[in-house]
Amino acid sequence: METWREALKLIGVAIVAAGFALRLHPLLVILVAALATGFAAGIGPLALLALIGTLFVDNLFTTLPIVLLMPLIGLLEAHGLQERAAALIRSASRATAGRILLAYQALREVTSMFGLAIGGHAQMIRPLVAPMAEAAAAARRGPLPTLLRQQVRAHAAAAENWGNFFADDIVVAIGPVLLMKGVFESAGITVSIAALGGWGLPSALFALLLGAWRFRRLDRSIERQMPATEPP
Amino acid sequence: MTTLLPVELFHALAGLVLVAVAFQIARDRSHPRRWGSAAFWGLLALTFLAGKRLPPPLVGGCVVAMVALAASRQVGAPRRAAVDAAVRAAESERLRSRLLLPPLLLALVAAAGAFLLPRFVWDGGRLVDPKQATTIALGLGVVVALCYAMRLTRARVGAPLLEGGRLLQDLGFALILPQMLAALGGIFAKCGVGEVIAHATSALLPTGQPLLAVVAYCTAMPLFTILMGNAFAAFPLITLGIGIPFIVRQHGGDPAIVGAFGMLCGYCGTLVTPMAANFNLVPAVLLELDDRHAVIKAQAPFALACWLFNVVAMSALVYR
Repeated sequence: METWREALKLIGVAIVAAGFALRLHPLLVILVAALATGFAAGIGPLALLALIGTLFVDNLFTTLPIVLLMPLIGLLEAHGLQERAAALIRSASRATAGRILLAYQALREVTSMFGLAIGGHAQMIRPLVAPMAEAAAAARRGPLPTLLRQQVRAHAAAAENWGNFFADDIVVAIGPVLLMKGVFESAGITVSIAALGGWGLPSALFALLLGAWRFRRLDRSIERQMPATEPP
Repeated sequence: MTTLLPVELFHALAGLVLVAVAFQIARDRSHPRRWGSAAFWGLLALTFLAGKRLPPPLVGGCVVAMVALAASRQVGAPRRAAVDAAVRAAESERLRSRLLLPPLLLALVAAAGAFLLPRFVWDGGRLVDPKQATTIALGLGVVVALCYAMRLTRARVGAPLLEGGRLLQDLGFALILPQMLAALGGIFAKCGVGEVIAHATSALLPTGQPLLAVVAYCTAMPLFTILMGNAFAAFPLITLGIGIPFIVRQHGGDPAIVGAFGMLCGYCGTLVTPMAANFNLVPAVLLELDDRHAVIKAQAPFALACWLFNVVAMSALVYR
């Protein structure tokens, strides 16, 4: 009986998994999971509402940086920041698809290290990075076969994710590091933001090496399937 | 002890930005979701401005109301378009590399501030709470960079709020997704969900051995991320369930190393799950790929190698 009551607390986990799998509204899924877990643990409705309120305010710091950053980023974007960042990438001359994507991943890692998100699949990859990589691959070769072209594009999407994920918050903490800190604090453990960020550095460097490996393989596979017609 | 620069100052500043967003929407007759959106941003502003002084059940009510507004699709972006691409290109040509200075300035002030601000301590007083130093330094960095950017662009005073408000509305309810997930993590912690998972895991896995505890934690992170589609959702659960009780408490591992490498193990899971639709499936549609899982396939070898690196690194470093 006791075991069942304990196991019932996992209902929130099940709700999150099922709700996200069914593509239900994520905020609704989270709220329902919170309510169900609270009730399963025997917390009354008003106390649960108070708990949600307290926890929401305790975690304001996860939203705070974005709210403060957006007026600055919005102003700079209106004055062509994204266009300028794109121009930086475009100035690389000895370009191959793999080199462009590696350069993009590196730029993305360095900027996200400082808490800046300059990329995005819709803003950067589709209009800029993927066409540039395709153009570099097609140079001296003529149009790429469909499968190869799609492979280049898929790697462009991957470059965004790799650059985005693996260098988070190392110097300037805005998102994940603050969440980590909050989780440890809820268990009564104090962790410094600098230590959490700093220990991300080895993986950020390794991710860049892995990117170099994957993009080199992409270049080789382009070269193998469609040898360049002229010497470079 | 008096704190000269409390983090609440920046909560209030963010609250005012959000009030401005709510007002912009309320005055915008062409806004397709005018009142629902204004209410959403107004309620969020209220939690920033007065969240710590209001009775907690009332704040909880605000949260429920925000979720209800977002889930019933009453929160939307304005019709007002972004600045014209030709204008942006012309501005980019006019300002050239100077455009990159405000972000650099921001990074510099934020990094230096996080380091220097906690050092200002005197009898009975201090400049900042050391635990909040990073957040406050970032806030100061934004203020400094914004002042410089205003001089550089010679924009009108209202421009940052207008442009920032548009970006915030583009983000929409996704803005508070990490905060809600963190709150859910808090509920899980309060209700002992972590303990239940810990019991189940310790019964199933040999967590009594320090290195096996690391392997169990590093395996559970990507598995739960694949299941939930979000490493942020998996992190509180697996860390409270396995990371803290076994690696930190039982075997004395370093929590910062557990957190940093653990989260990255989760990201390796994000790279291979269709549940993380915004990272893996939407790009495949955007780039017009025939195979919906082409992005996941391109990412899989990277994810596996990166996960292995993080497991080995955590094993080698966490118990030093």
